[in-house]
Amino acid sequence: MTGPFADVRFQSNWLDILTSPFMQHALIGGSLVAVAAGLLGYFVITRQNAFAAHALAHIGFPGATGAILVGVPVTVGLAVFCVGGGLLIGLFGRRLADREMATGTILALATALGVLFASLASANARTTTSVLFGNLLAISRGQLVVFGAFTAAVVLALAVIARPLMFASIDPEVAAARGVPVRALGIAFVVLLALTITMAVQVVGTLLLFALVVTPAATALRLTARPALVAAIAVGLALGSVWGGLVLASMIDLPPSFFIVSLAVLAWLIVLGLSGGRRGSGAPAPPLLDTHHHHPHPA
Amino acid sequence: MSTTPDGRPPALVLDGVSVVRGGRTVWSQGTLTVPTGAVVGVIGPNGAGKTTLFQVALGLLPAASGRVAVLGGAPRRGNRRIGYVPQNYTAAVNEAIRCRDLVTLGLTGGRFGLRPTSAAERARVDEALRRVGAAAFADRRMSELSGGQQQRVAIAQAIVDDADLLLLDEPLANLDLRNQQEVVGLLGDLHRERNVTIMVVAHDLNPLLPVLTDAVYLLDGHPHHARISDVVQEELLTHLYGTPVGVVRTAQGDLFTRATWRDPQLGQAGPTR
Repeated sequence: MTGPFADVRFQSNWLDILTSPFMQHALIGGSLVAVAAGLLGYFVITRQNAFAAHALAHIGFPGATGAILVGVPVTVGLAVFCVGGGLLIGLFGRRLADREMATGTILALATALGVLFASLASANARTTTSVLFGNLLAISRGQLVVFGAFTAAVVLALAVIARPLMFASIDPEVAAARGVPVRALGIAFVVLLALTITMAVQVVGTLLLFALVVTPAATALRLTARPALVAAIAVGLALGSVWGGLVLASMIDLPPSFFIVSLAVLAWLIVLGLSGGRRGSGAPAPPLLDTHHHHPHPA
Repeated sequence: MSTTPDGRPPALVLDGVSVVRGGRTVWSQGTLTVPTGAVVGVIGPNGAGKTTLFQVALGLLPAASGRVAVLGGAPRRGNRRIGYVPQNYTAAVNEAIRCRDLVTLGLTGGRFGLRPTSAAERARVDEALRRVGAAAFADRRMSELSGGQQQRVAIAQAIVDDADLLLLDEPLANLDLRNQQEVVGLLGDLHRERNVTIMVVAHDLNPLLPVLTDAVYLLDGHPHHARISDVVQEELLTHLYGTPVGVVRTAQGDLFTRATWRDPQLGQAGPTR
């Protein structure tokens, strides 16, 4: 068999592949990222800085190639650039994050720097590709330790700040008047987001990261607006996408990123269809899960 | 410092206060006392510093000079005795939040940690939603509501913690006549039931006149306080807005202001009474 799909076939030994050590690493690493991404997605959307999240991922690109250039682990380069970029966005506040022109320009500059560093480091195309599109199957034990620490930091920090962060994200003026440290929470949030993006870049890459950080939460928000439920569904969808993507990648030898992103987008499309695209047009249909009367609480 | 007859300190006292923002003096020489229990219209032309007055009271903007007292104390962020509804209420367009959760944030939104909302707190949220007539759509998202409904929820958030002073910035903007009247009626009821002091920034005085007892007006760069009847005067309002403003009193005693511009092809310009 020849042609572009010559290598695309069902691998009957997929269960052996799925239980092999590198796949175990991928499952654990992907799961850790899915938890952090699912939890943060809700805040990315309520703060209306999805574009800033996208930009942070691109800022990670020169971080990764720069790390190769100076010979430090890719995770370190990613973390330094993402946290640094996140702090810059946080210091300039929502104004910069909302300024699409500024963010877009920084995004382009970051990508250009990434190409420059890759060229200077004589990084091969495969390395660059793994930064842009993720390389979940190459996650090392050392990376897993870092992922575990980052995800623990995100979960613990959110447990402490979730409620005031929600207030500051949705209602910043009133929150400030009520004594909520809106600015400090904004900075804390972008740092958490930067840690999550540092991990997610290594799973799905800078170009596909949106589908793991924003899409599951966007899907969950179409089903319900209860904050705790949104977070739970978003984490579930992100985990499902990662697990399903890895199973499919075991069965068919194609990049796991492709399957993970496709599953996340598929879930979004299904929910979009079920809810009838109600945001765009006229009279809103009731949210799918919010029909019963019950009094939950935020966060 | 003077107190109102019931012994409570005034809602707001300014003593020689000036406010500077970005190097520009917004207003100066503010010396006034807003008595407790008043319903106060805050009026003045665009850019006169009406919202700024609220920000000073909320402790969001320090006075450049002079002394400010809010409910008997210095202004400070996080004063739970003040309920605030900003202009162009941003949460109103947010599709990620239900009314009930937004009101709950007014009660517990400043709390760090994971402690869930208690039954008593949920009951207070229910009561606030009921009080403003928002119980029927409490579980819907803010983005699904009309402007009038959103304004009710915003007011519920401001009253849920039993504020003694409500600061409402343009609560009637973008509302149709019926919703304007309903919000005004709600403010009147809240004032009567809770003896809460209400300050309302408004461009159009007319819908609020039935409930207003006092006014703070920003004239020539200085804030002043007066009884509402002393403010609704043609000469003052014309000076205040820099354009001819008429005042009409109907046979029933209703008072309203009117712009007196006339189409030159149809009639004469100038006040007609």
